[in-house]
Amino acid sequence: MSHENPAVKKTWFTPFNMVVGFILLVGAVITILRFTKGLGAVTNLDDNNPWGIWISFDLLCGVALAAGGYTTSAACYVFGLKRYHSAVRPAILTAFLGYALVVFALHYDVGRPWRLPYPFFVQSGPTSVLFEVGLCVFLYLNVLFLEWSPSALEWLGYKKLRNVIVKLTLGLTIFGVILSTMHQSSLGALYLIAPSKLHPLWYSSYLPVFFFVSSIAAGLSMVIFEGTLSHRYMHHKMDETYLSEHDGVTLGFAKAASLVLAGYFFIKVVGLALDNNWHYLLTGYGLWYLVELLGFVALPAFLYAMSVREQNLKLVRWGAVLTVLGIVLNRFNVSQVAFNWHLPSAARYFPSWMEVAISIFVVTVGLVIFRFITTNMPIFYEHPEFKEHEPVELTEHELKPHPQSF
Amino acid sequence: MENTFHVLHDFMLFTKGAAYYLMGATVLGLLGFWLYLTGRDEEKMIK
Repeated sequence: MSHENPAVKKTWFTPFNMVVGFILLVGAVITILRFTKGLGAVTNLDDNNPWGIWISFDLLCGVALAAGGYTTSAACYVFGLKRYHSAVRPAILTAFLGYALVVFALHYDVGRPWRLPYPFFVQSGPTSVLFEVGLCVFLYLNVLFLEWSPSALEWLGYKKLRNVIVKLTLGLTIFGVILSTMHQSSLGALYLIAPSKLHPLWYSSYLPVFFFVSSIAAGLSMVIFEGTLSHRYMHHKMDETYLSEHDGVTLGFAKAASLVLAGYFFIKVVGLALDNNWHYLLTGYGLWYLVELLGFVALPAFLYAMSVREQNLKLVRWGAVLTVLGIVLNRFNVSQVAFNWHLPSAARYFPSWMEVAISIFVVTVGLVIFRFITTNMPIFYEHPEFKEHEPVELTEHELKPHPQSF
Repeated sequence: MENTFHVLHDFMLFTKGAAYYLMGATVLGLLGFWLYLTGRDEEKMIK
């Protein structure tokens, strides 16, 4: 880790800070508009389209892309793959922030933030899929907070409390996997209620399975993607252990993601066959479906496999980018593009610029918090007073330098 | 794919038949994919 030179004078007016400041300012103004004037003042939502991009992007994509937390901690603590230990804290932090922002963004849609606990404590509706999703997200956010808290407690110096929470790691991981399995699939199950509204190519009674399986690939790919960006911008905060294990983590996750994506591809095709939807493939929607299935599922699966065989880290990163984009595309297709497909184009939904601005605002808030936490807390390095993990001995091929860079 | 289904049984017979064939293909496809994915693992171990 490098230490900053005190002689260099810091300025707040960096390009990053200026752009972030502008986005936060615009976001704050729209937030005031939303909570004082209502949904109609800032969104293009209507009775036909009550769920817009705040649900499609902030919630559906947010939850899927935050799946790196449970996949990484399960790999390390449940399956005992300790060589991925250094990836756990960044993955848990990404997941925690992801879920926290999902709940934060949900306030914009639902309104009246003080009523958020009502579905659980005042008027619970346990027969609703949405209730199950809400309860799981609520519980999982707490689990992620506890899983993340040791790094904050190490930073603050609360040793005893930190040691107590660290002892709960395995239990929290198992609880997290159970909750994730439930709500990742239930997000797909939400759309089972609308078979007449969702295009047959995307509607399937196996939607919960599709959502769950794709979330695993999304989580693995997000860990690779986030690791790549962190390597570029937070390299000075990484210790020897993290750096020496990074290539092994990337290739190991690529291998897993490749197999999961291949499985996802095959079950999607079997889903087509079970509903006998082959004839739709020759329509416009069919071509779009093929773009998603071949370009953003089959292609990254193949890219990942090729990169694992060739030990090509550059290719792994392209696979990760394609997979992440593919998951975003899939969630948008299910919740927007193929939803209400019977409606005339004039009645279809297109987001207002303020909806897009709020989504950008939410992502920016996450980015700023991520930067603050990784700068101050032991995320990419082990705190010197709490060193537990020794770097796993790597084989010669894993230690071999890789000329390719992203 | 112009298939006329007169009763639900016809539909189930056709679609399940197709799905079973595809499931067989899936098993073989995944096996092939696994062999491709791990094809060079032994070489790496020897190195």
